[in-house]
Amino acid sequence: MAKAAAKKTAAAASPSVDRRPALAGRTTTATGVKVEVLPPAERISLRAPEASVAALSKALGLTLPKKPKTSASKGGRTVLWLGPDEWLVIDEGGNDPLADCATVTELHSAVGISHRNVAISVTGPAAEATINSGCPQDLSLDAFPAGAASRTILGKAEIVLLRTADDAFRVECWRSFSDYVFTFLSEGARDAAG
Amino acid sequence: MLLIRCPYCEEERPELEFRNAGEAHIARSANMSGESDDDFEKFFFIRSNPKGIIYERWRHMHGCARFFNAVRDTVTDKFVMTYKAGEPKPAKLPGVAK
Repeated sequence: MAKAAAKKTAAAASPSVDRRPALAGRTTTATGVKVEVLPPAERISLRAPEASVAALSKALGLTLPKKPKTSASKGGRTVLWLGPDEWLVIDEGGNDPLADCATVTELHSAVGISHRNVAISVTGPAAEATINSGCPQDLSLDAFPAGAASRTILGKAEIVLLRTADDAFRVECWRSFSDYVFTFLSEGARDAAG
Repeated sequence: MLLIRCPYCEEERPELEFRNAGEAHIARSANMSGESDDDFEKFFFIRSNPKGIIYERWRHMHGCARFFNAVRDTVTDKFVMTYKAGEPKPAKLPGVAK
């Protein structure tokens, strides 16, 4: 019996080593809004005290934002302020921010979370209404302009929200929540369009 | 929905992002093993539960994730003010008599 079980595991092992992104290829289009899954990206969760911020900014190649609800972006890399000593770094240019932080000797904690998160883009004139179907924050351009970023909630799931343009958002959620978040946004898109 | 001002995010955020974390300004003894059973009971179980102004810890769970202190009126459920963790109890409360 043990042998049979071992055989089964070995047979199943080869397809599971392939990277299978969650929600790959899923898209919803409604009047005025498009919800789609973004390609995988490199991400780190960065925690650091005030004294290390300058060295980390230098290593990452862009200044870590210090103001609440802001982000900084340069050359495919975006740093989002999440808390007074916490940032989310997203790199879409194929460079590894974890390797950049490894050169810094000042006190900090950088944890790779590339595979933990799934990014969903919500674009179009009705994008704001779509996200507001489950997110209680004020997303008007006065309160949440392009470049603004915040950890918040969507329905029952925690998300990190980044406004990439006046009518475009990037929603980051945990992989295990991604099906729920995508479906929620799809329903929201339909409501926002109607 | 209540709007709660987070002293770290420096703005009012919807209550869904927050979680209550019990009464504030309860000092843990530096010599816990030397505490008598009565004193430990007071520290661990006994809370003031007032009708009116209460000092509470809150956490901006789905935001900056920071703990902070809030002054709330248990009768009206209104937040009087919020301040950062570690800061002393405010001597004067805005808009509160006595």
